[in-house]
Amino acid sequence: MKILVCISKTPDTTAKIAFVEGNTKFDENGVQWIINPYDEWYSLVKAIELKEKDPTTIIHLVTVGGADAEPIIRKALALGGDEAIRVNSISNDSFSVATSIAQVAKEGAYDLIFTGKETIDYNSSCIGSMVSAMLDLPFVSLATHLELNGTTATLKREIEGGEETCEAILPIVVSCQKGMAEQRIPNMRGIMAARTKPLKVIEPASIAASTTIKTFELPPAKSGVKLIDADKMDELVKLLKEEAKVI
Amino acid sequence: MVLIYIDQADQQIKKSTQEALSYGAAIAKQLGTTAEALLLGNVSDNLTALGNYGVTKVHHINNAQLNTFDAKVNATVVAHAAKKLNATVVVFAHNINGKAIAPAVAVKLQAGIVTGASSLPDTTNGFVVTKTVFSGKAFAAIQIETPIKVISLNQNSFGVHTQEATAIVEILDITVPAPSIKITSVDKIVGEIPLTEASLVVSGGRGLKGPENWGILLDLAKSLGASTACSRPVSDADWRPHHEHVGQTGIQIAPNLYIAIGISGAIQHLAGVNRSKTIVVINKDAEAPFFKAADYGVVGDAFEIVPALTAAIIKSKASA
Repeated sequence: MKILVCISKTPDTTAKIAFVEGNTKFDENGVQWIINPYDEWYSLVKAIELKEKDPTTIIHLVTVGGADAEPIIRKALALGGDEAIRVNSISNDSFSVATSIAQVAKEGAYDLIFTGKETIDYNSSCIGSMVSAMLDLPFVSLATHLELNGTTATLKREIEGGEETCEAILPIVVSCQKGMAEQRIPNMRGIMAARTKPLKVIEPASIAASTTIKTFELPPAKSGVKLIDADKMDELVKLLKEEAKVI
Repeated sequence: MVLIYIDQADQQIKKSTQEALSYGAAIAKQLGTTAEALLLGNVSDNLTALGNYGVTKVHHINNAQLNTFDAKVNATVVAHAAKKLNATVVVFAHNINGKAIAPAVAVKLQAGIVTGASSLPDTTNGFVVTKTVFSGKAFAAIQIETPIKVISLNQNSFGVHTQEATAIVEILDITVPAPSIKITSVDKIVGEIPLTEASLVVSGGRGLKGPENWGILLDLAKSLGASTACSRPVSDADWRPHHEHVGQTGIQIAPNLYIAIGISGAIQHLAGVNRSKTIVVINKDAEAPFFKAADYGVVGDAFEIVPALTAAIIKSKASA
């Protein structure tokens, strides 16, 4: 069993969101970087769980980013995974990132390719779907559960108002979310081992970006909360009806 | 031509499709072209009535295999249809199935894509689509550089716009590839509006102190016809089912009205609900961070306020 886990570097959930250079660039000043939570808690830990069940499993991590993504990939290796590949490309165009990952995936002949359901910075939820199209593989999105039986995977995925169970023959691409696995914290042995795990850097194929970010904008500030006295619920209903027009 | 994907389940068109059709029709108007819809599989809805949302034609691939969703198959079929029909813009709702196939369709059409669009594209100089980024904390204006464009629309960001019109229904013949997955069972909560489709949501947090106290929240939801949700600690403690958990790791929603009861408003919770049109916060702690993100706030004891609010809603409905 060979698993490829896609890892993305994102600003910490509580990072202050601001922009510089005429609102064209995210302000990285003072930002703490983390492994995208969906990549870490669900895809990576799920891969580790599968390896614990079947120790012959090989886990590779892939990230698309500059050298500044290496602390993140080392942290991911500290949780688990046998080696990592960094595609040396800085891009926020999903198509370019997916092309780089698909290139790595093709060469590695993986049985399972895991992504998080989305990244918490660009929220595009594109990579899994794109990689599956590029490799012509089945894609199960928003998976909450996965079990392997030989080369058949049984998965649960979220649907509106419930969940669906399906079976697919490997290889497949899966986007992972809550339910797939439980969050873990790297231990000292893992952190020490991660220092010497192979981290290969490869150059991307030249890809023309299909999209370009022109500007960023912060949402208009809320005009401030309107406080209503606890004993005046008739007034709140009136406001919801006549001012907000939502009921 | 602007082609809009109709999402369906259980032989019914999903509510989010109405908004996607309205949005696609508005883009078509802006570009001086027509808006047409694409249906995979069979539904019980009246297809000619989709003209009410601004589409002139519905292309129907009436193959029973397509009644259930298979991301690989659906993406392949939609891409073939879009090519055959010479679509220049393909629109999806940014819902569960839209997220699964829109990016794959973009790859197959060599199209640039923006997912989670929040408003109409600016076509005055190129084709620029604004989307929410950083979990709703900012917007990005993104230029699509390719001749064909794919857009998925954030739910509840454009609205449903109707007119009186009928659409022509045409059967479209597209070869359907073999299934790539086998669906073995579907578990749906019967009789409830799915949270992602709900326009009114009442949500509870730790402030309600225990699952036995949920009655007042359920009564309020019932008086409004709202769906119910909860914060992460509540679902983690199994006070409420996991499918009700809204927030960054749970479900992200954007209803017209979100009433938060006894939820302090951690940044991870806000990431799941901050696109709601109107937010009402009920909390006994006047310093709760959620008040900063709220439109209306009530400071006080939820066990007194919530039943009073329910009574006021029932009274207001009775007099209407």
